[in-house]
Amino acid sequence: MGKYLTTPRWIQKVIPRIIIYVFLISATIMIFIPIVILLFGSVKTTGQMYSHPYSIPNPPNWENILLILSTPSFWNMLKNSLIVMVATTGGTVSICALAAFVFARMQFRGKNFLFNLFTIGLMFPINVAILPVYFVLRQLELMGIPMIDQLWGVILVQIAFQLSGNIMILRGFFTAVPTDLQDVAYMDGCTNFDFFWRIMLPLVKPSLSAVGALVMIASWNDLLVPLIVLNSNQLWTLPLGTMQFQGQYGQDLALVSAFVALSAIPTIIFYFFAERQIVSGLTAGAVKG
Amino acid sequence: MQFLPVAKQKLNLAKNTMNGRRTQDRIVIALFLLPALILFLLFVIYPIFRSVYFSTFDWKGFGPAVDYIGLDNYKKILTDEVFLKAIKNVLIIITLSLGLQLPLALILAVLVGRDLPGRSLFRTIFFLPYVLSEVNTGIMWMLLYNADPTRGFINSIMVQLGFEPIAWLADMNVVIFAIFITLTWKYFGFHMLLYLTGLQNIPKEIEEAARIDGANSIQNFFYITLPLLGSTIKTSVYMSVLGSIQQFVLVWVMTRGGPVNASETMATYMYRFGFVRYQLGYGSAVAIIMFILCMIFSLLYQALTRKPDYITGL
Repeated sequence: MGKYLTTPRWIQKVIPRIIIYVFLISATIMIFIPIVILLFGSVKTTGQMYSHPYSIPNPPNWENILLILSTPSFWNMLKNSLIVMVATTGGTVSICALAAFVFARMQFRGKNFLFNLFTIGLMFPINVAILPVYFVLRQLELMGIPMIDQLWGVILVQIAFQLSGNIMILRGFFTAVPTDLQDVAYMDGCTNFDFFWRIMLPLVKPSLSAVGALVMIASWNDLLVPLIVLNSNQLWTLPLGTMQFQGQYGQDLALVSAFVALSAIPTIIFYFFAERQIVSGLTAGAVKG
Repeated sequence: MQFLPVAKQKLNLAKNTMNGRRTQDRIVIALFLLPALILFLLFVIYPIFRSVYFSTFDWKGFGPAVDYIGLDNYKKILTDEVFLKAIKNVLIIITLSLGLQLPLALILAVLVGRDLPGRSLFRTIFFLPYVLSEVNTGIMWMLLYNADPTRGFINSIMVQLGFEPIAWLADMNVVIFAIFITLTWKYFGFHMLLYLTGLQNIPKEIEEAARIDGANSIQNFFYITLPLLGSTIKTSVYMSVLGSIQQFVLVWVMTRGGPVNASETMATYMYRFGFVRYQLGYGSAVAIIMFILCMIFSLLYQALTRKPDYITGL
């Protein structure tokens, strides 16, 4: 009898679901508010921005977007950011793959010492190290090796501070490949280099792209290294240019919104394409290693 | 009798190939490690020593450092009110992150759970702010925080709800909390992602068994899920604390550490002395203090957790 008096099963199941969705959807709205207001602002005139700062732009005004797209300095920043990102990513992935392979698969004296040395990098992140690194760049400059106000200065420093974490992530992936494979390969007369190049690399390709995607984002978004290394404005990267632009035209909120929107859109597009890689790289790094 | 030399020859041959293998190994080890080692020693390890050296000088960056002052810089920093304010701000950010941001991430992760329809869509959305640059995030939030209620979205809502508008980024008592809200917006999705992965590693059977034994959802969460998530939570706490210690770009873009040092963090303090006032000796000492703090925290963490879960330097 009691069975008929309790609430039906499906209601017991549906009500918590509805509460969960209400929570999650309100969190979603919170996430989107700043982004949507920015995107709206980017297609408003300055006047509209002042009279209706957060309404749907009606009609949309593409003037600011077109104005920024027609300035050569914007394209120049985009180009610089791309150069730095491609070089940093390529450099980091290849250098880390080589080192991680040695740490995962070769035996030699001093291996533990060297590996522990690399873990120091985790405790000395670039935000802490920026002034010490600047000393070294200046010292190299004095020795006749130009580093300051050069894109490769930015690239080398970015790579150096990506090493520790990524060597450890990749070592984890290399270690996961069964040792039998190595024994068989060596018995068949495979050299170390062949084994690395023909067997290991193809096997860990998904991990390499996960690491690569993370490095790409970190390099593309980096402000601090370009900020201290680059002086001349034709070398500025996008984040550095965005900050300077905001400093210069901060009063014109519509124009700043347009600039920020244009510099954020490539990241958002990249994220939707590479989400799987980014997520697997981050969770591999943080959860297991 | 002819048998012996042949055998000997054979043995020698084997020895030679062994040696060949070993030299080949050595060459590969050296060549593969060299690029990483050179960059790492030059740009990470050497600067530490260089900074320790400069931190004992009163050096303004012009000419060589000659004015040796021992540990005076450290004494000055540790008694400077602004630096103590920066430490206090970092502690506020750490406390709020561990007390609000991570629990929020955990609750949302548990709500999304294993098989909620739309799970991956929510994950994609909540993680989006993490990939936006800190510069863009900072400027976006400056628009929202605008003190004028006719321009700033948050203040306009406050006014409509009948509250007084707040000068979020210009009020000395509020600014650090405003920055914390932005930090939460940007980073809670990352912690949620960690928790979601951790949740997925918990076998479903355990929770089902508990449920059959009569545990309700809340008991299930506190006695099953939470303890089994232990190592993931430790990882996320570690990353949150280390991230808070080195907080720089967002603060620099939004407030430059102001108003009147109210939102100063250790990293903005170092940047101000190193690159704005050009007191390089003093700035070096700040860098070394921050490095020591990060190191103490990492070693404590490793001692407390034994098995180091945390790997990336992000």
